[in-house]
Amino acid sequence: MNTAENVATEAVNGTKVRSEQGSKPLDSDFETVGEVRVPNARMTATDVNVYYGDKHAIIDVNLDIGKNQVIAMIGPSGCGKSTFLRCLNRMNDTIDICRVTGEIKLDDQDIYDRKLDVVPLRAQVGMVFQKPNPFPKSIYDNIAYGPRIHGLVASRAELDEIVENSLAKAGLWDEVKDRLDQPGTGLSGGQQQRLCIARTIAVEPEVILMDEPCSALDPIATAKIEELIDELRENYTIAIVTHSMQQAARVSQRTAYFHLGNLVEVGETTQIFTNPRHKLTEDYITGRFG
Amino acid sequence: MAEQQNTRTIDKVNASLKRRYATERRFKTLGLGAVVLGLLFVSMLFVDILSKGYSAFVQTHIQLEVYFDPEILDPEGTRDMEAIARADFRQLVREPLRQIFPEVTSRRDKRALYKILSTGAPFQLIEMVRANPDLIGTRMTIDLIADDDIDMLVKGHIDRNAPADQRRVNDTVIGWIDRLDEQGLVATKFNTGFFINGDSREPELAGIGGAVAGSFYTLLVTLALSFPIGVAAAIYLEEFAPKNRWTDLIEVNINNLAAVPSIVFGLLGLAMFINLFGLPRSAPLVGGLVLTLMTLPTIIIASRAALKSVPPSIREAALGVGASRMQTVFHHVVPLAMPGMLTGTIIGMAQALGETAPLLMIGMVAFIVDIPGGPMDPSSVLPVQVYLWADSPERAFVERTSAAIIVLLSFLIAMNTFAVIMRRRFERRW
Repeated sequence: MNTAENVATEAVNGTKVRSEQGSKPLDSDFETVGEVRVPNARMTATDVNVYYGDKHAIIDVNLDIGKNQVIAMIGPSGCGKSTFLRCLNRMNDTIDICRVTGEIKLDDQDIYDRKLDVVPLRAQVGMVFQKPNPFPKSIYDNIAYGPRIHGLVASRAELDEIVENSLAKAGLWDEVKDRLDQPGTGLSGGQQQRLCIARTIAVEPEVILMDEPCSALDPIATAKIEELIDELRENYTIAIVTHSMQQAARVSQRTAYFHLGNLVEVGETTQIFTNPRHKLTEDYITGRFG
Repeated sequence: MAEQQNTRTIDKVNASLKRRYATERRFKTLGLGAVVLGLLFVSMLFVDILSKGYSAFVQTHIQLEVYFDPEILDPEGTRDMEAIARADFRQLVREPLRQIFPEVTSRRDKRALYKILSTGAPFQLIEMVRANPDLIGTRMTIDLIADDDIDMLVKGHIDRNAPADQRRVNDTVIGWIDRLDEQGLVATKFNTGFFINGDSREPELAGIGGAVAGSFYTLLVTLALSFPIGVAAAIYLEEFAPKNRWTDLIEVNINNLAAVPSIVFGLLGLAMFINLFGLPRSAPLVGGLVLTLMTLPTIIIASRAALKSVPPSIREAALGVGASRMQTVFHHVVPLAMPGMLTGTIIGMAQALGETAPLLMIGMVAFIVDIPGGPMDPSSVLPVQVYLWADSPERAFVERTSAAIIVLLSFLIAMNTFAVIMRRRFERRW
């Protein structure tokens, strides 16, 4: 399944959603409701626009990702939330027709700077994908791959330690410690996704992006991942895209609602879900569309 | 109302059902028919080739007691190999024939008698003496290769009841052979020579050894060039090249190259490698180069398909942990695509092994007796050998042609089976 293409089609389908819903078309003059800036921002997006060929997928989005916080991005299909997430570690570079303008800063570094190297950026901003995608290698090698290519370790013992710590943090160590040499693809769906999270944290990123990490999982596995996200918040900054509003409510501190490429509303999660200020947000979270 | 609607729908469905199933049955029957027809043709081909070719794997020999006469071989007793090799070994094989058929006295009959043995029979003795000079002065019963006409007669390919002027062997000779047979001196043995000899004008001495060696060196050159070039081109085009008009053009051209008639590649090879670069004619090196040109599109297309089938999630996973593009491709994508690439390569190689036309253009169709010792030596290849023999008038070449086809087909089937096994073995799920 081609996630990159999905994002692109989702974005293109957005046009259809727009006409179907008959709601007032949004444009570049749109003002986001709520406070887009936070005092301790880890990442700052300013006037971000994304185009897939001719299609304008994200329109003038301003948003901060707060440090040691979980920010959830919600919205109907094709609203641009995944696209925005993928801008944060330049994963959209892999899509040829995708063009990004505006400024996204990690701490004080503009990540779309021409001189910036994406390899260290992606080491700093890790990503967990919608479908669990372990490498068809052993569990150990899955975790060890990142540290190895970045040269984070000097000895095998050190690597063993990283593998154990990462798996422990992802809550997978006890389940797999006796079969580290078996293929990661042999694990169950939920275990695979935790393996992918462990793989991401093995390189000690500062920010973790999660693109609907539970959409392919059953409720029990989902609960485990959500618990894990809550624990990871202490050490990492997390941005999560989700289709489940309950999940957004459970795991996040801030929530951003996207609609047809516009960032409609941002705010404390409790506020968004109890007292949305924008009509579209209210319609969405009360299930009138989406 | 709603119920009425429902019944209507179901009636319509039922009405069309019969027609739908009839279409399905028709399609199934046609498909099955096509498969059966295909199998029929293949089995006809195999039955025909096997029935014609199997007898070439044995060869008629005539057992004679040969006296390695020192008077003839080494009258001066020097044991000088050079001089011995020049001796008249024909006398050695003629002598026992004269003893068995003392009544044959006329010059003409004698000549006919000697001709039941292959002209290669004396060379058998030379080789034996060369290997062991102590044989000189001893007596030994040796299986001497019979002439191809005798071989055909013994194998029953010559109709004894046909009018004398319509068969290659006359009644006198048939009488001699029958007498030898009664004495138990006619033996059919496994035809080792067929596998180790080079080509020859004498069917009984001709073998595919030279052609197999030629094919081997040709394919070696082809593999050594086309696999790395093809795979590298596929990886570059699929993973690194920007998608623009130029790469589109290249892609279209690669697909077109795959459809270019192979003889055109032969002409190109003749003009480029032989006339321009001055490489030797008839050499497996040039054959390999030409076949590389021909195999490249196959390998590139198969490799690109294999790379495309690697799920993008694997690429994203690697990029997501900060692997560079190169690392992503070589650590993850290429290993997963390798079975597909190897399958494509083997199929390309099998195609190259069976290719004849371009090799005709670069002189690999020459009559070459020596077995090539390297890619620069003149040689032929298996399919061209088949072509050459199919052209020869001798009846014995018919079975040899079929036998060479059997060998060629076995190589092809072995290679394709290997490709299937590899694909099964290395197929990974994700």
